[in-house]
Amino acid sequence: MIAQLAVEIPYWGQSLLRVVGGLVAVLLPAGTIVYLFLFKMMSFMQSRLGPMEAGPFGSMQLFAEVGKWLQKEDIVPENADARIYKIAPIIVLVSTFLLVVVIPFGPDAWFTNFSAGVFYALAIGSVSVIGILVAGWSSANKYSLLGGLRAAGQLIAYELPMVLAVVGVVIQAGSMNLQDIVMAQNTGEIFGWSGIGFPFVLTQFVGFLIFMIAVQAELTQAPFDMPIAESELVSGYMTEYSGFRFLMFFIGEFATAGVFALIASVLFLGGWGIPFSWFGWETIDQVDNWMNIAGPVIMFTKMMVLTGIIMWVRFSYPRFREDQLQRFAWKVLIPLSLANIAVTAIVKVVV
Amino acid sequence: MTMLSERQQLSYIASQAADARLNVELETEGMTLNIGPQHPATHGTLRIIARLDGEQVIWAEPSAGYMHRGYEKLTEVRTFPQVTSLINRIDWLGSFANEVPFILAAEKLMEIEAPPRAQHIRTILFELSRIANVGLFLGDLGVQMGAITPVFLAFRDREYVLNLIEGATGGRFHPNFDRIGGLKDDLPQGWIDETRQVMKKLRGFCDEIEDLLFGNEIFQSRTRGIGVIPADVARQYGLSGANLRASGVDWDLRRDQSLPMAWDKVDFKVWTHPDGDSWARCWVRLQEVRESTKIVDQLLDTMPAGPVMAKVPRIIKVPEGEAWVSTENPLGEMGYYVVSKGDLGPFRVKIRSASFNNISITPWVLKGVYVPDIITILASLYFILGDIDR
Amino acid sequence: MPKLPGLIKGLGVTMGTLVRTVKDGANTVQYPHAKESPPVRARGVIALREDNCTACMLCARSCPDWCIYIEAHKQLAPPRRAGGKPRQVNHLDRFDIDYALCMYCGICVEVCPFDALFWSPEYEYSEPRIADLLHDKTKLGEWMETVPEAPALEVGAEKKK
Repeated sequence: MIAQLAVEIPYWGQSLLRVVGGLVAVLLPAGTIVYLFLFKMMSFMQSRLGPMEAGPFGSMQLFAEVGKWLQKEDIVPENADARIYKIAPIIVLVSTFLLVVVIPFGPDAWFTNFSAGVFYALAIGSVSVIGILVAGWSSANKYSLLGGLRAAGQLIAYELPMVLAVVGVVIQAGSMNLQDIVMAQNTGEIFGWSGIGFPFVLTQFVGFLIFMIAVQAELTQAPFDMPIAESELVSGYMTEYSGFRFLMFFIGEFATAGVFALIASVLFLGGWGIPFSWFGWETIDQVDNWMNIAGPVIMFTKMMVLTGIIMWVRFSYPRFREDQLQRFAWKVLIPLSLANIAVTAIVKVVV
Repeated sequence: MTMLSERQQLSYIASQAADARLNVELETEGMTLNIGPQHPATHGTLRIIARLDGEQVIWAEPSAGYMHRGYEKLTEVRTFPQVTSLINRIDWLGSFANEVPFILAAEKLMEIEAPPRAQHIRTILFELSRIANVGLFLGDLGVQMGAITPVFLAFRDREYVLNLIEGATGGRFHPNFDRIGGLKDDLPQGWIDETRQVMKKLRGFCDEIEDLLFGNEIFQSRTRGIGVIPADVARQYGLSGANLRASGVDWDLRRDQSLPMAWDKVDFKVWTHPDGDSWARCWVRLQEVRESTKIVDQLLDTMPAGPVMAKVPRIIKVPEGEAWVSTENPLGEMGYYVVSKGDLGPFRVKIRSASFNNISITPWVLKGVYVPDIITILASLYFILGDIDR
Repeated sequence: MPKLPGLIKGLGVTMGTLVRTVKDGANTVQYPHAKESPPVRARGVIALREDNCTACMLCARSCPDWCIYIEAHKQLAPPRRAGGKPRQVNHLDRFDIDYALCMYCGICVEVCPFDALFWSPEYEYSEPRIADLLHDKTKLGEWMETVPEAPALEVGAEKKK
């Protein structure tokens, strides 16, 4: 992985670095998103300042919250199915960690380089649905059950537009390998001008929109937060959870938002690269080593921008009703994404 | 006069079919969901027992009384000023409006009228309490639908109105300012200019809410065609206020009654809407807030000079008799039937509160709707628990 | 549903509020670092002027919650003029207001015929123990220092005689 750094690290060291890197890659975006967007941006949009007491400008608020949740009593409801009840948050969180291993952060800064990285990412993204459904069912609470059932319907319905939107990108890049997709965008040209590379968001704009809407629905954020629906179901499938388990759901929600934003920036915005024509690189071997350090920073920035948009929409819109949600997915998004694939394929063959 | 919308007819048929399914097929049991007294959606401790088939309601029934404070019993052993300070707390969001019908009933029994300046200031404070109450409704509407931002904007702009009320009366939520024969005090200096500026800010707030919430397509698809209440059904169930006007009935007690208040001295429009759905109820209330700001501006321009208290004895004993006065409160029609036996306090007071009748329509209107629509319809009917339970 | 202007306008409102908060500051006050000052007439706490009180019991009788406790005894005071009879006055033993019960309605301040009770806008007197919320004569006398002057009235008001 970091073999290019001129230091010999033994194998156990490399594994340790990968584990630590994975943890950082998931938890750092989650923490920053929670602080910057949930605490601060939401507050500023509501004419208030947000947490200000814990640390300078409230920066330690997240740690205070983590500490608070950790010291709460761990309740398992009497009628709940205890084993499954305890497993459910772990399933949700594990799927996030599994998702981040396939994202490239630099020319050599990646965890694994599957040749079918896109396929793997979309498949793993669906695993969290099981966790949510199981959480709702095993809680022995009518509200949680309603939330879990709504979640099952919604998340499965919105998997399809997400997958179909990505197919357009794969057609255009010609490969399912995420590293190849990044290279195709950064070395590409628009009508012969390579000033800004060729981020796929330009031609796949419809696909980008569909992907972002599907991501919003996969994260059960407003306007698609029927499974949580605070004013009706209290917390939906999360109602009965407290303490560390709730913390896992909470962190999982924002970590998944960050990871999906990372995937979107890889697929549509050019990933870890800035246009290679500025440096005169052509293939991946020509990319300098400092890109291994700058790459994660660039990815972080792009992820922040996309997550900012997701959160901005979350704070501004009311929520769809369940049947309107489903109607939107099946009758509008899927035909649109199919049309997008058709047009992309035709243009690729013709042009 | 609207016919039952097609959607409502279909949902009726669906609910009958669901009921039949439950009765015939013994395998599937309908789920009884308790939208219980402790719930983020109900404005207080209201309990709605709903029988569901999947996500559709088969029947629903409200169970009120969790907040009963025994007002009518309390008034039997208190004097008139003490009762005035208590009834502030019935509709606690627009609290000055609760005092006014009671004081007017007592003045009717004493056969005195407050001086014109007092009538003017009473009407201004009444309209301010309407703005405070319905302004919060506009924000609360967002939260019920899932939009978390409008409620903060509503609280922010409600603060201006509460500061005004505090400047004049000393209390933000419970002014306790009305007295038999007039008002307790006159207005402090600078209040009129401050009120004018606050009214301008509130009109800006209404525009903001219109852009953020009412113009939102998601909000419109959540509220249009939901919970249609035709005009005759609304009248039968005794709905009042914006709920009645949203069903197309042109009924406003400020204009249709002549009370010793200053509404007949101003020009205002009574907003109605021909559909009877949730969207109409919300929209009518938004327009009412705008109209109230215009009423306050007109009243401020034409404020007469003079005393704020008529000549009343120190210790007031209201003569024997019975009187009924009702006014167009922010929530609907609120009325007091005061029976006096010549004492320091009333013998019996019957309080007709608007929300009690407004939620009586819940079993009729919630048949066949989805669970999220329950929340929409309850939010658009707009009740305050203190008003239901007293 | 493609993005129609209504949805975009909503996004514009929230972003506008964010920009306004960044530029002009929030609408909130960071209590306890910064404190708001309530208006002059605000009903914060009731202050007692002991010299004026004659223990007529009107305030205790008119309180809706019966939260004022008064005990007094009659005693002889020196005559006003030399050579006159000694007068009988009420001497106040105990005048407590229980702020745990008080509704802040203001009826007691209003009915007092001798101007012994005043409103003050002080509001920071919460206690960890409920029993400490019973303010006795001395504490009520201390609140007198915080009583503001009555505000000037608006144009058109009748002059107070």
